[in-house]
Amino acid sequence: MQWETVIGLEIHAQLSTRSKIFSGSATTFGAEPNTQASLVDLGMPGTLPVLNAEAVRMACKFGLAIDAHIAPQNVFARKNYFYPDLPKGYQTSQMDHPIVGKGFLDITLEDGTTKRIGITRAHLEEDAGKSLHEDFHGMSGIDLNRAGTPLLEIVSEPDIRSAKEAVAYVKAIHALVRYLGICDGNMAEGSLRCDCNVSVRPKGQAEFGTRAEIKNVNSFRFIEKAINHEVQRQIELIEDGGKVVQETRLYDPNKDQTRSMRSKEEANDYRYFPCPDLLPVVIEQSFLDEVRASLPELPVQKRERFEAQFGLSAYDATVLAASRELADYFEAVNTVCGDAKLAANWVMGELSSLLNKDNLDIEQSPVSAEQLGGMILRIKDNTISGKIAKMVFEALAAGEGASADEVIEKKGLKQVTDSGAIESMLDEVLAANAEQVEQYRASDEAKRGKMFGFFVGQAMKASKGKANPGQVNELLKKKLEG
Amino acid sequence: MHQLTLAEIARGLADKRFSSVELTTALLARIAQLDPQLNSFITVTEEQALAQARAADARRAAGEDGALLGAPIAHKDLFCTKDVLTSCGSKILTGFKAPYDATVVEKLATAGSVSLGKLNMDEFAMGSANESSHYGPVKNPWDLTRVPGGSSGGSAAAVAARLIPAATGTDTGGSIRQPAALTNLTGLKPTYGRVSRWGMIAYASSLDQGGPLARTAEDCALILQAIAGFDAKDSTCVDQPVDDYLATLGQPLNGLRIGLPKEYFGAGLDARIGEKVMAVVEELKKLGATVKQISLPNMQHAIPAYYVIAPAEASSNLSRFDGVRFGYRCENPQNLEDLYKRSRAEGFGAEVKRRIMVGTYALSAGYYDAYYLKAQKIRRLIKNDFVRAFEEVDLILGPTTPNLAWKLGEKNDDPVAAYLEDIYTITANLAGVPGLSMPAGFVDGLPVGVQLLGNYFQEARLLNVAHQYQQVSDWHTQAPSGF
Repeated sequence: MQWETVIGLEIHAQLSTRSKIFSGSATTFGAEPNTQASLVDLGMPGTLPVLNAEAVRMACKFGLAIDAHIAPQNVFARKNYFYPDLPKGYQTSQMDHPIVGKGFLDITLEDGTTKRIGITRAHLEEDAGKSLHEDFHGMSGIDLNRAGTPLLEIVSEPDIRSAKEAVAYVKAIHALVRYLGICDGNMAEGSLRCDCNVSVRPKGQAEFGTRAEIKNVNSFRFIEKAINHEVQRQIELIEDGGKVVQETRLYDPNKDQTRSMRSKEEANDYRYFPCPDLLPVVIEQSFLDEVRASLPELPVQKRERFEAQFGLSAYDATVLAASRELADYFEAVNTVCGDAKLAANWVMGELSSLLNKDNLDIEQSPVSAEQLGGMILRIKDNTISGKIAKMVFEALAAGEGASADEVIEKKGLKQVTDSGAIESMLDEVLAANAEQVEQYRASDEAKRGKMFGFFVGQAMKASKGKANPGQVNELLKKKLEG
Repeated sequence: MHQLTLAEIARGLADKRFSSVELTTALLARIAQLDPQLNSFITVTEEQALAQARAADARRAAGEDGALLGAPIAHKDLFCTKDVLTSCGSKILTGFKAPYDATVVEKLATAGSVSLGKLNMDEFAMGSANESSHYGPVKNPWDLTRVPGGSSGGSAAAVAARLIPAATGTDTGGSIRQPAALTNLTGLKPTYGRVSRWGMIAYASSLDQGGPLARTAEDCALILQAIAGFDAKDSTCVDQPVDDYLATLGQPLNGLRIGLPKEYFGAGLDARIGEKVMAVVEELKKLGATVKQISLPNMQHAIPAYYVIAPAEASSNLSRFDGVRFGYRCENPQNLEDLYKRSRAEGFGAEVKRRIMVGTYALSAGYYDAYYLKAQKIRRLIKNDFVRAFEEVDLILGPTTPNLAWKLGEKNDDPVAAYLEDIYTITANLAGVPGLSMPAGFVDGLPVGVQLLGNYFQEARLLNVAHQYQQVSDWHTQAPSGF
């Protein structure tokens, strides 16, 4: 039977506010346990929450960026359950009245086509603390530094049809929240976490199959692997006559499999109700207008502009617009050199492989946009050839010069364009290869074509790559024919 | 000296007739001597009180003046007090010394008042008799075999017995007004949001409000003046200017429109209490008030609505008492679940458990709409009743309680009978309006209270009317024999 996969994702993005969502404690990652936990975060009797306005602003930014409806009023609710890292015995979240309503995000698939993924809602809530089971014998440690860190939970529609689409969607969300400056997107530190709701159904069937939820998958690679594994598990289960049960599962990247965590029957009744300590949050149109005015250019807009303004291909534009930092770098290079296509080629080519090799972010690039742009200028004005440019680039990456000009000067890489000098160099080359010259002149047109390359190679070798290739071609032809 | 009201104490201190240290020492001795009969204090903070008294005397000697500078008070034991046991009357907060002061505590300390200690209360403010406290029941100084009312029963008994001139209390369904009525005091529940809840251990967050219990309206005004006002730490606190409650006490009552809700004088009311209330009405008429009958038609639904909303919020508010971070933890927990279950089973008393269970049920999947949501709709209807009533009248007047103080243990087996004692007070909490109870006389030697309900933020009017009445009556000056 042909099966269709149906996926919906819940992404938890930690908002990069300086203080927590309901207290003044700092949100910095990695501090000593419980040093960033105030009376409120500890759930001390008598303490009360006060909403962080910045978290509201960030959520609204996200809502506007996905063209979502932002209701004039949203309401915090309590989600009640007992756990040691949840000090109050409830998580303050949103249920019936989330801050961000229905919206969408367009993602680019591998074949270059775009697909619209619906976003059901996004709501604000507080993160829990962490239970630490290592280092304690017969006990668990509780670190409440993370408790109260603002989260935006972004819930997608079940519009995703494959693990690859899921990854493309998470990447698009990742890029978007970083563009907006509302989340650092650091998945290793848990700043962006993903729950995957996965089900399968026979192709053509309208109803959804029973879904399983895979909790807390924390890298793009694991999302793809976990979903693929889960899809396979469900198909095999059904084809063997079994039934998928609604449950929560955990992905184990070491074994590359998912295992059951709790069934629907074991699930908590969270007894949501509006939090009486917090008033409904009123969002005024003037506030939204102000937030909208503060929005940066978003990935989709940037991609479209790169295509229209610079004539880049859809693929190039998508790659360059994927992160705000990369796009900014590219634009800075272009500003210096004035050649978007060359700039794009170098950023996506030599620069990207350099960064990949050393596992660096674009912000850590050893070659600055000014340096790269300056170097491209020298290609354009024929000071260096593309081939020599690669040497200049490597020298810049190794810190062997402050600018391309300095490297070219120091290493004597300037291209030779003086036709007199090239002619005398060619004369020497032809003299040294008199036999081949004879053969060339005796050959027919077709054969000559192949042999011509030999002379060009010899000439470039003799000039150590510095002779202008165009001039070499032209003059060589003249001499051989003549 | 123990017979002095706060206002008289202020004059005495200003006139240097006595010092705060002298007054504090005298009252501490009185507490040591008399409180064993009442059990109104859970903690007496003698050293801290004397230190505060000395500091107040020094401030006064340096030329400072202030109505509460050097005035002794005490706090209901659900206001957090730094480094002092804050028990909420519960075993589960055994050994819990709060790491901070509640805003109310801090404001009164800043005004220079001297806190003598922490007052007994129904466990987590759940009760109308002060019998659910882990620290034992409080006795009514008017009759030691009777309850003082609750949940601020310790506050009421201590003030009525002249151990302290005034105390803080909290009122979620009548917990200031009902014990005030049963012990011949004046007690005020302010408008919801008038007084900060920061540091007040929550029972039902949308209903809880702190306020004063004292012997006169004037003293209530003095305390309210110090504790009212916006607090950025409480999101439900309202940012609205605070009236000058003392300056408005002298206003005449000419033209005051009083409404008597017919629902407050029907079946269930002890007729003798009804007579006392009507006698107060007659006096107020003499002072220039006009009276008309009004209706609050949804009052009959108030108790069922309250006993869904309050337990629902409580079931969530009390989740933090889990034996993990503070307070009582069971012996030798076997695992996490055992730790939770036994710490809570052993730490909470019967009434608290009953309300946690009711509230948990009301919020459960499948029951939420039928209980919690419906109760919220009733709450809205009750609020609308008040909004409509205050279009016609300036003040609503009626009995505070349907019955006199009852015998200790009398209603222990019948929680619903005890719940019905709050029938006249609960509507003000559901609607959020302010309410005041003041002495209206005695029946069989037991105090009767009359309740005044005002429109939002009309505390000044309630205090003014009570003060005017207290100028022409002397019920409030009566002291229980033996105290």
